[in-house]
Formats: sequence, C-alpha cells, structure tokens
Amino acid sequence: MPDTAIERAARSTPPAVANRLKGLSDRGLAMLFVAPTIVLLLAINIFPLIWTIYLSFTNYRVNRPNRDVDFVGLRNYERILNDADIWLTMQATAHFLIWTIVLQVLIGFTLAYLINKKFKGNDLWTTIIVLPMMLSPAVVGNFWTFLYQPQIGLFNYVVGFLTGADPSSFSMIGEVSLAPWSIIIVDTWMWTPFVMLICLAGLRSIPDSIYEAAECDRASKWRQFWTITIPMVLPFLMLAVLFRGIENFKMFDLVVQLTGGGPGSTTELTSVNLKREAFEKWRTGYASAYAVILFVTIFGLASIYVKALNKVKER
Amino acid sequence: MNGFFDGLLSLRRGAWEMVASFLIAVGVIMLMQPFILSLFTYSFIVTLVGTVMFIIVSHFPE
Repeated sequence: MPDTAIERAARSTPPAVANRLKGLSDRGLAMLFVAPTIVLLLAINIFPLIWTIYLSFTNYRVNRPNRDVDFVGLRNYERILNDADIWLTMQATAHFLIWTIVLQVLIGFTLAYLINKKFKGNDLWTTIIVLPMMLSPAVVGNFWTFLYQPQIGLFNYVVGFLTGADPSSFSMIGEVSLAPWSIIIVDTWMWTPFVMLICLAGLRSIPDSIYEAAECDRASKWRQFWTITIPMVLPFLMLAVLFRGIENFKMFDLVVQLTGGGPGSTTELTSVNLKREAFEKWRTGYASAYAVILFVTIFGLASIYVKALNKVKER
Repeated sequence: MNGFFDGLLSLRRGAWEMVASFLIAVGVIMLMQPFILSLFTYSFIVTLVGTVMFIIVSHFPE
C-alpha cells in the first residue's frame, strides 16, 4: 500500500518536535498554525496604527531623530482642525468626491442598463468598457497628461472641434478653474466601469418573471423601470457609491501623476496634502494626527458600508 | 417612530446603529462643508463619537 503525504510528513518530523506536538490539543495546533499570520498582522497593521496614534500626541520629526520628543497633548489636532488651508483641502476632496460619484453612478448605471440588453457583440463591448479599470493609475495619469496637452492633446482638440474654441486657448491641468475637473474626468473615465459592473450584477439578479408579471398587468416600460428596476438595483448602487466614496477619499496616485496637487493647491486632496506634511515638511507628529483624523473618518464610512453590505446580503 | 425609540430604550442594535451612522454622516458633512470653519473644527469629535458608538452598539442584541 503506497504511503500518503500525511504519513510521509509524520515520518520525516524529528522525534523531538513530534513528541512536543503530541501533547497539543486540536485547538492548540490550530492556534500554532494561525500564529504566524496573527504576528504578521500585528506587526504590519496594528503596531503602526498604535504608533501613529502615539506620535500624533507628540512633536516628533522623523528628519531629526536625535531631538527630544515632547508630549504635546491634543495640540496637533487643535491646529489641524483650525487650519483654513486643510479646510480648503477637505473642500477640494469633497468637490472631487461628489462629482466623481454623481458622474460614475449616472454613466455606470446607463452603461449597465444598455449592456444588459441582449445584442450582438455584448461581451466584446463589456470587455472594451472594462479596460480602463484594469490599467495602473500611473499609466492612466501619464497618458491623460498627454491627452490634456493644449498644443497636441486629443482632449483639447475634441473640445475645440465640438465647441469651436481654440484647442490651445485652455489648459485642463494648468488652469485653476479647470484643474479640479481634469482629475474628475480621469477618475470617472477610469472607475465608471467598476460601477457599471456592480449595477450589471444588480440588473442580472432581477428575475424575468417579475417583468413578465408586470407586462401581464400592462405596466409601461417607464413604470417597470421605476417600480422594479430601480428599487431592486438600489442596494447595489448604494454599495457602489459607498465603495467609490471610500476609495476616492483616499485618492492619491492619479492626482499626483496628473496635476501633483496644482496649480497652487487647487487639486491638493487630503492624501496628497498629508504626504506633503509628512515627507516634505517632515512634521511627523502633526502628519500623524492628520492621518488619525482621516483614518477615523474612513473607518466610520467603512462601518456604514459594512452595515449596508449586510443588509444587501439579507435580501 | 415609536419602534425606533423603543429600540433605543431597550438597547437594541438596529436603532443605536442608526444613531451612530447618523453621527458619522453628520461628522463627514461637517468635515467637508465649505460654509463655517467652526463646524469643521468640531467635525472630528462628532465622527469619532459616531465611530466608537458604532463599534460598541454593534455588540448589542438584535
């Protein structure tokens, strides 16, 4: 009879180790296997979090490691929450957040509704639409910088062609009034497919029998849309909104690649601003307090997200 | 509405989670609104209270 892998492993275990393991209960053995993951989790996630909270109460600067670290209490929090510049950064983030969500939900739902109709080449169109989501934000940021070029950029040329304006008369990433919209357009282009996929899952979960029953009752297409489609897709839409909201609150890479927070600080979102405070001004304690504020906000939003997710699961 | 207040009095998860979610949402709105700086100043404490409350009340019975 051939040896099994378990038998071979048991035979190759040194007697000293085998004797030690024999005394362990199933639970003890399970804990032994889970322990490395827990240790890793504590080292990578929990310890930095606790350390950041500790640093947020100090005046520590990472570029001056030999200087004495003083406990400053809540002073960092007080300064951040009374800083008009950080307030402006929050407003820039809110502008970015609201418009990206509105546009992504409207366009994403429309695309999902169209893709859900059975037509030739349906799968091909789905693949093409989903492509931007698969690209790296660094790549997207780079090639949209080229598209936004006033002299040679395709975006300016198309806008010029449609409106009659001179393509070189405006710069999407160079003008204060247009730069916030430039990052909104790119984020919408990149992440609308994600919203579309979530909406598509919602649309495909609606049984045909409900529409058939509505048609028997002579409900118009318009009424079917508002009384069947929208209410049944709503939890999925809500999920998409919360998910994109949390993601865009943390938006960093795309903005750094595209505008670097400029011109001035018009597109400086919270994450970009935080990185500037931590690694350009080297105000580590202050930046830690800033990070804790963002963490609590995102954690709060994520709690609502998890609650909504559980409600969707219950349906 | 009565069910909501009953839920609050009898420490039920649903009602309290709703209060905590409301506080978090209000805190985030206060953080990002462009009108009054003092609302921005107190936004963090509102969000923090909401978040901590959410963690606690999620252990309440259904």
